[in-house]
Amino acid sequence: MKRVGPFLLERRLVPSPLVVLGVSLLAILAAMGAMAIIFFAYGVDPLRAYVMIARGTLGSRFGVMQMLRRAIPLLLCGVGLVLAFRSKFWNIGAEGQLLAGAVAASGVALFSGLPDPLLLPTMFGAGFLAGAVWGMIPALLKVKLQVNDVISTLMMNYIMIYIVAWLIHGPWKGPTMRGFAYTDTFPRAAWLPLIPRSMVHWPTLVIGVAAALLMTLLLSRTRLGYELRVAGESPDAARYAGIDFLKVSLVVMLLSGGLAGLAGVGEVAGIHHKLLGPLHISSGYGYTAIIVAWLARGSPLAAIITSLLFGFIFAAGDVIRVTLQIPFQVVGVFSGLVLSFLIGIELLMYWRVRLLPKGER
Amino acid sequence: MAGTNGENLAHTPATTPPMLLMQDIVKSFPGVLANDHVTFEVRAGEVHALLGEHGAGKTTLMNILYGLCRPDSGRIFIRGKEAHIRSPRDAIALGIGMVHQHFKLVYPHTVAENVALGLAGTPFFGPARVVERGLTELSQRYNLPVDPKAKVWQLSAGEQQRVEILKALYRGAEILILDEPTSVLTPQETLELFKVLERMKEEGHAVIFITHKLQEVMEVADRVTVMRQGKVVGTLPVSETDKASLARMMVGREVVFRIAKGECRPGEESLIVEDLHALNDRALPALRGVSLTVCRGEILGIAGVAGNGQRELVEVLTGLRRAQRGKVWILGQELPNRSPRRIAEAGVAHIPEERIRMGIVPGMSVEDNLILKKHHRPPFCRGPFLQLREVRRFAQRGVEEYKIMTPSPRTSAKLLSGGNIQKLILARELSGEPGLVIAAHPTYGLDVGATELIRQLLIRQRDAGVGVLLVSEDLEEIITLSDRIAVIFGGEIMGVVPAAVATREEIGLMMAGERRRVPNP
Amino acid sequence: MNWESWVISTLNRALAHGTPLLWGTLGEIYAERAGVVNLGVEGMMILGAVSAFTAAQFTGNPWLGILTGGVVGGMAALVHALFTVTLRANQYVSGLALTIFGLGLSGLLGARWVGVPLDNPLPKLTVPGLAQIPVLGPALFQRQSYLTYIGIFLAVVLWLVLYKSRWGISIRSVGESPATADALGVNVFLVRYLCVAFGGVLAGVAGGFLSVEYRPAWTEGMTAGMGWVVIALTIFAAWNPLRAVGGVLLFSGLYHLAYRLQGWFPPEFLKLMPYAFAILVLAIAGLRGARQLAPGALGIPYTRGEK
Repeated sequence: MKRVGPFLLERRLVPSPLVVLGVSLLAILAAMGAMAIIFFAYGVDPLRAYVMIARGTLGSRFGVMQMLRRAIPLLLCGVGLVLAFRSKFWNIGAEGQLLAGAVAASGVALFSGLPDPLLLPTMFGAGFLAGAVWGMIPALLKVKLQVNDVISTLMMNYIMIYIVAWLIHGPWKGPTMRGFAYTDTFPRAAWLPLIPRSMVHWPTLVIGVAAALLMTLLLSRTRLGYELRVAGESPDAARYAGIDFLKVSLVVMLLSGGLAGLAGVGEVAGIHHKLLGPLHISSGYGYTAIIVAWLARGSPLAAIITSLLFGFIFAAGDVIRVTLQIPFQVVGVFSGLVLSFLIGIELLMYWRVRLLPKGER
Repeated sequence: MAGTNGENLAHTPATTPPMLLMQDIVKSFPGVLANDHVTFEVRAGEVHALLGEHGAGKTTLMNILYGLCRPDSGRIFIRGKEAHIRSPRDAIALGIGMVHQHFKLVYPHTVAENVALGLAGTPFFGPARVVERGLTELSQRYNLPVDPKAKVWQLSAGEQQRVEILKALYRGAEILILDEPTSVLTPQETLELFKVLERMKEEGHAVIFITHKLQEVMEVADRVTVMRQGKVVGTLPVSETDKASLARMMVGREVVFRIAKGECRPGEESLIVEDLHALNDRALPALRGVSLTVCRGEILGIAGVAGNGQRELVEVLTGLRRAQRGKVWILGQELPNRSPRRIAEAGVAHIPEERIRMGIVPGMSVEDNLILKKHHRPPFCRGPFLQLREVRRFAQRGVEEYKIMTPSPRTSAKLLSGGNIQKLILARELSGEPGLVIAAHPTYGLDVGATELIRQLLIRQRDAGVGVLLVSEDLEEIITLSDRIAVIFGGEIMGVVPAAVATREEIGLMMAGERRRVPNP
Repeated sequence: MNWESWVISTLNRALAHGTPLLWGTLGEIYAERAGVVNLGVEGMMILGAVSAFTAAQFTGNPWLGILTGGVVGGMAALVHALFTVTLRANQYVSGLALTIFGLGLSGLLGARWVGVPLDNPLPKLTVPGLAQIPVLGPALFQRQSYLTYIGIFLAVVLWLVLYKSRWGISIRSVGESPATADALGVNVFLVRYLCVAFGGVLAGVAGGFLSVEYRPAWTEGMTAGMGWVVIALTIFAAWNPLRAVGGVLLFSGLYHLAYRLQGWFPPEFLKLMPYAFAILVLAIAGLRGARQLAPGALGIPYTRGEK
């Protein structure tokens, strides 16, 4: 307890949800304030910038659809990362897992020769599996050889980026693409349906929301979810309770990597209809999803809201680029700022400020 | 033997101010008033015991003196001059040294490096070498032998304590605080330590000796200050008091030293260990051929100084550590090197040493914690799904039966007090009608009420025909609770004695590594 | 091509390529020895690179560029220190935030420099005399960077300071057992701040080396994951500055040997080599039990006695 003037600062061990929400909003506001400096630097009145952003995103059907489209991969990756972070597995590899899913889906679409109705389901299945495998390798390395999970998942991103680059420059390079580094376009049956006049591939969106619901159930209602929570909260207690780390880590990364893989399927089957440069497939969704998950604070349901928020930020980035002539990297700066402010004021949640009673002031 | 030399020095003329005066100290933590207007005074050339139960506020008071935390209000005078101690650096400069209960040592470093840490006035390059020379001289003067070049983790607990004392002396400490210094020592090492304290008195130091053991106060201290619930109950010369009245002051009521328990009727063996070998975390032998049996309906106490293989023994028996060789039968099944889950399912309850780190999941609810070991079995789990209604019903019962004080079963376990956390662990571990209970330091750090309750629960288990293996460093507890006492030293059992005929001297000798001559019963 | 020129060019290139890795690794070793993991190396390096290029271009003095890179890296690290030491935030997340932020901001700041060559890059150094030694001369002493030699010299000095000096005892103690250091009057927070900032300065210089000497130009994302390799090498070197030299040489040597295999493998495979190496290196470290050598309090924020 500390006294500051007429106030009493008290520590609390468990902050209420309302406080968490308030502090999170505060972080976003603070980041928006800091962004004003950058707008100034580019000679743009920040207020005008925010008005234009609002008009370009929430103010139009097109903007809202853009936001939804961006939110889909963020949601799928984010829900998986929430799961991984709950078990204290630092999966920084959603980007690579997403690409792995995209690669597998492209392989199925281009080369499997499956009958049309089977094509999309198989692509989703293959994408899930590929992402899962790409995620489970670091899990194995961590449990068996104590290889740091942050590094290994990250390195796996770079490896997958170059595998994609190799595929589109080499063996999978589309003969009909006249020298561009793309694969051929997928057959029509491998295209996901869209909400009309938009790029929102709604089946993936439905899968994402369903995943958030299922993972919420998994965490609270199943044995696996229980073991995952114990392993994440206290590894020693997990050992004491006889929980199998290898199994928990593998299943967590199966789900986490698999969901990211589904996001990759959605991007290639819903938007691009071909495999192309890694930066064009993802624009960093896998990394941004880390912030989506961190902001969701362990709740897959909250990831629906936070992924929408970052969908909005991506859409805003597009607006800024087109109308204000500021490079798209501004999204990275803003994301970094939000995350920084978020962890910076985290400590605030553990203090309660009270006014001292009159007599003691 | 209270201070032959110290007596004269203790009665310094009234005109000289005391070495240390802490006046009206107040310190609060969330929910507790740790120090409630405490006034405490120590003179040069005396050993002053600070006596009180766990949680009485002794350590907080000393942490304030050593600059580790700041008081809410109150003043400190050193040799009559007011001191403002903001950090340990200030305290050291004022000639205050502290030997913490859990040693503050950097284990991978050498003794000399540990002493050189943060030491002013050493050369920039090669400070350890300079310190080595100084250390040799100091250890001779105070009879504290230790090799300055040894790595600290290689030393025994007694030697590590010497390093701590040397660290303080090297910095010219005149006021030395020792926090529960005997908890890691054999009775013989304790006597050695007391001799060192005598020597320090002769040199004019003031020694503050924090303890909750009455016997030690009577043996070594000149004066004693008793604390209870954050308040000072009184300060008086040891020569004018006795154990019984000190105990009354400390606890606030009459204390029963013996717990009533029925006659022991041992049944069949619930645990048989034969020639067990295992390594510790540093891959050095920790158990070297341990053999013992625990019967149903008896408590076998394992006495010994910390770090002699107790932890490894418990870990091997509960499946947390692999045995190299040897045999283990638990409740009739041969279970060497099985998983913790398999062993728990065979009917073993484990009350772990590290309550908060291992015994509970602090961030999860009381409810979730109560099913930690049984979450995967019916009725709590069917197929992949948890049966939340069953969990809730079970938790409700456990909370009531074991009187766990919690706002609700949904409250996060980290919000409970130490005693209630231990009750939670017992509620969970004893719920499945175990055949063998393995309890490591079950009352360590708990207040009197919780301690009594937990001891009674263990005895009730024994009376119900459960075998209990009790590991504790508190000899008093071992003697009070056990039916037979096994003493462990260097990873071997030195001997087993029926508690009824055991003497402290005999057990003390075995704790120091002397093998029992009489054949084991 | 004969074996001699293989050895020469591999060693020569390994030294050049390894220089930023060495600087970065030495810095991260100091931060982690004091108990703070900084996953922001990639971000600090790229901020160092863009600011060094900018300063070098404006002033025409490449050394001023390197200096600016170091200062900017150090300032970025101070933000990490503020978050993790004072505000006790999760070190992983704070470092990641720094990297995301750094990559974004450098992209904004560097936009105008894309495709612009540096007018006045850092001069190369050929050691007179030594360069004439057969094989070793051209491999180690011809057309090398000043920063390569300074880096190796720095490694020796940092090793001496860490293991043989008063500061070293304090730094290692703060990383092993901050409570002990605190109880002896060492300012744990100050030591951590300084070590993290020092690590940032070195990472910034490493970035500056890339844009002012190695290329010398600014391209977006030019650190290309080197910051992450640095973190892997820190573990591989078992937090020891001298072993870092060996680890970096081994890593960069393998990397350039792989380049020799051009023609047999597609170039993308060569590009993914270092990342596969980094995982391999950690797996080897894991097999040897290097994790146990990690500082005892690594990654754990320190709070004083108060509950």
